[in-house]
Amino acid sequence: MAEPLATEPKSVHTTAPHVEVRGLSIRFPVGRSGFWGGTTRYVHAVDEVSFSIGRGETLGLVGESGSGKTTIGRAVLRRIEPSAGTISFRGDDITTTKGKQLRELRRHMQLVFQDPYASLNPRKTVLELVAEPLIVHGLALNPKDAREQVADLLHRCGLPADTVDRYPHAFSGGQRQRIGIARALALRPEFIVADEPVSALDVSVRAQVVNLLQDLQQELALTYLFIAHDLSVVRHISHRIAILYAGRMVEIAPTHAVYDNPMHPYTEALLSSVPIPDPPLQRERRRIVLTGEIPNPVDPPPGCRFQTRCPLVHDRCHGETPKLEEKQPDHLVACFAR
Amino acid sequence: MTAPDGYTAQHADEDEALHQEEALQGRPYELAVVQHGGLFRDLISDKLGIASFIFLVTLIAAAALAPWIAPESPTQGNLSNAFASPVWHGGTWRNPVGTDWQGYDLLSRLLYGARTSLIIGVLVVVLAGTFGVLIGLLAGYKGGRADRWLMGWVDVQISFPGLLLAMLLIALVGGSVLSVTIILAINGWMVYARMTRGVVLSVRERPFVEAAEMMGCRPRRVVFHHILPNLSTPLVTLAVLEFARIILAEAALSFLGLGIQYPTVSWGLDIARAGDHELFGNQWLIIYPGLLLSLTVLSVNLLSSWLRVAADPQEREKRFASRASGTVSGAAGGGGAGL
Repeated sequence: MAEPLATEPKSVHTTAPHVEVRGLSIRFPVGRSGFWGGTTRYVHAVDEVSFSIGRGETLGLVGESGSGKTTIGRAVLRRIEPSAGTISFRGDDITTTKGKQLRELRRHMQLVFQDPYASLNPRKTVLELVAEPLIVHGLALNPKDAREQVADLLHRCGLPADTVDRYPHAFSGGQRQRIGIARALALRPEFIVADEPVSALDVSVRAQVVNLLQDLQQELALTYLFIAHDLSVVRHISHRIAILYAGRMVEIAPTHAVYDNPMHPYTEALLSSVPIPDPPLQRERRRIVLTGEIPNPVDPPPGCRFQTRCPLVHDRCHGETPKLEEKQPDHLVACFAR
Repeated sequence: MTAPDGYTAQHADEDEALHQEEALQGRPYELAVVQHGGLFRDLISDKLGIASFIFLVTLIAAAALAPWIAPESPTQGNLSNAFASPVWHGGTWRNPVGTDWQGYDLLSRLLYGARTSLIIGVLVVVLAGTFGVLIGLLAGYKGGRADRWLMGWVDVQISFPGLLLAMLLIALVGGSVLSVTIILAINGWMVYARMTRGVVLSVRERPFVEAAEMMGCRPRRVVFHHILPNLSTPLVTLAVLEFARIILAEAALSFLGLGIQYPTVSWGLDIARAGDHELFGNQWLIIYPGLLLSLTVLSVNLLSSWLRVAADPQEREKRFASRASGTVSGAAGGGGAGL
C-alpha cells in the first residue's frame, strides 16, 4: 500500500438513507420504425437500478461510457425524467416534484460538472459565477454580503482571495474545478452529485481535488454520489461502490469488498485494468481482456447484458436476467455464476 | 506508514502550486483586471476604433445640428445656380460642395441626408434586431412546437421577395421616413431570428447553461443572463452588415421612386437621382454622398470590431497582454539604448 490513493475512508454507518433510488429506468425515444412509423424505438439508458446513500456517505458509481452513470446522476437531481421508478430524498418521494418546490429542492442537491472549462460562463467573473446561486435564491443581502460569502467559499475551496474579480479563463483546470465546487457549495447543499469531477484534470491535480472533496465532506457533512469511469479514483473517496454495465447495476458493495473480493466478472475485468504502481507485481498480474461487443442499447438482448463479453457465460444467461442478490453481507451481485 | 507521508507530500505540492500562482501576479495580463474599468482608455488605444468613433460622433453631431450649421436650406435654391462646382473645382464658397440639378446646396443636402439615412439605419436595426432576437431566443430555447411554428413563420416570410413586398406596401401607404423604417424592419427581422435560434441551439447545450438551470435560475434569467451575452459577437457582426444593407435598401427604394420622395433628402436618394443627371462632369453629386455612406458603414464596422473585443473578457485580456508585452519590450529597448 505505497500509494496515498489506497487509503480508504472509514465506513459511516447511518440509519435512514439520505437518498434512495428504487427501480429507476430511463428510456429515450430515438425515432420510429415500422412501415407506418408506428412503433417508437427507445434507447434503454438505465434499467431497473436501485441504490441508497446514507447521510454523510459517498457512493462511487463506476461504469464505462454509455453505461448510464451520468444519466442516473442527472435523474437523481431531477434533471432527466425517469420512465419508471422512484427517487426519494430525506425520506420524501421527489419523483414528481415540480415548479417552485423543485427549485426549493435544488438548494439542497447540487452538481459538480465533469468539464471545468465548459461549465463556467466565460463572460462572468468568478464573483458573479459563485454569487449567482446566492442571488437567485435570495441568500445574499447586498453586494457586500455576496462578496464576503463568495470570498469565504473560495477560501474553503483553497483559492487565493484575489480570485474574485478575475475571469475563469485565467485559471488552470484544477482551479476551475475548485471554482465549480465553490459554486455548488454556495447554497449549502446536503447532497452533491459529482459527475466525473476529476476525469478532465491532470493526474497530478486529481488527488488535490479529491482531497478537497473529502475535506469538505467532513466539514459540511455532505453526501456524495461520485461518478467515475474507472476504479482507481473512486477507491480513495467512496464508502461503497456500485458498478454499472450497459444501464444495469451488476455489483454494489463496500469499497474494500469490491477491491478485495470482486464477485462479478465485469468488476474483475475492471480491476485488472487498474495498474499497480509496483512493476514486478504488475508484471505478474493476469490482465483480463474482454472481447466481444457491448449490446446495442436500442435493442438489448434478453438475459444478462454482459453475456456477449462474459468469460463465465452459460445457457441461463441468454434467457434470464440475473437479479441483484446479496451473496455476502452488504455485497450485492447480479450474476448466475457466482 | 507511508500513506501519511504521501499525504503531506501532496499538500506540499499544493502549497507550491499556490506559491507559483502568487508569483504570476507580476505578469501584464493580471493588470487587465485593474485596467478594464477604463473602457474609453481602451478605445483610445485602438487607433482605428477611435478614428471611427470620432468620425461617427462628428457625423451624428452634424446631422443633429443640421438646421443651424447648414449654409442653406436643402430644398431651396436657384435653377440658375444648378450644377455649381465644389470649391476645389473652381466653385465659390457660397456652395462649398457645389449644387445639384435644381441649384440646391449639396453640403446642406448631405447634412440633412445624414439625418434620414442614420435614423432609418439605426431604427430599422434596433426594431428588426430586437424583434428577431426575441423570436430567435424563444424558438431556440423553448424548442418543440414553439420552435416549429416560429421558424415556419420565418420561412414563409423569407419566401416573399423582400423588395417587391416593400414596394407593394409603400405604394399602399406612401413613402415617408416612418413608413420606410417600418417596412424595412418588417422585411429584415427574419435573419436575426434565424441566426439567434441557431446559436441558441448550440449555446444552450453548453454545461454552463445547465449549471445555471441546476442552481435554480428561472428561464428568463438563463436566457438573458447566460445565453444572450454569448450571442453578442455574431449579433454585433450581423447588425453592422444589416445597417449597411438597410441604408442601401433605403437608397434602392428611393431610387425606384417608392421610398423617400424628392425633395426630401437622403443620401441614397441623392445618389440615385444623381445618376439621372449627367454623371460625367457632375460626378461630385454621386461621389460625396457615396463617400459619406461608405465612410459611415466602414466606421460602424471598425467600431463594432473594437466593441466585439471589448465585450469579450478573454479577447480583451489577450489584446491587453500583447500590447503590454509590446510596451515592456519597447521600454527594455529604450533602457538598453540609454545605457
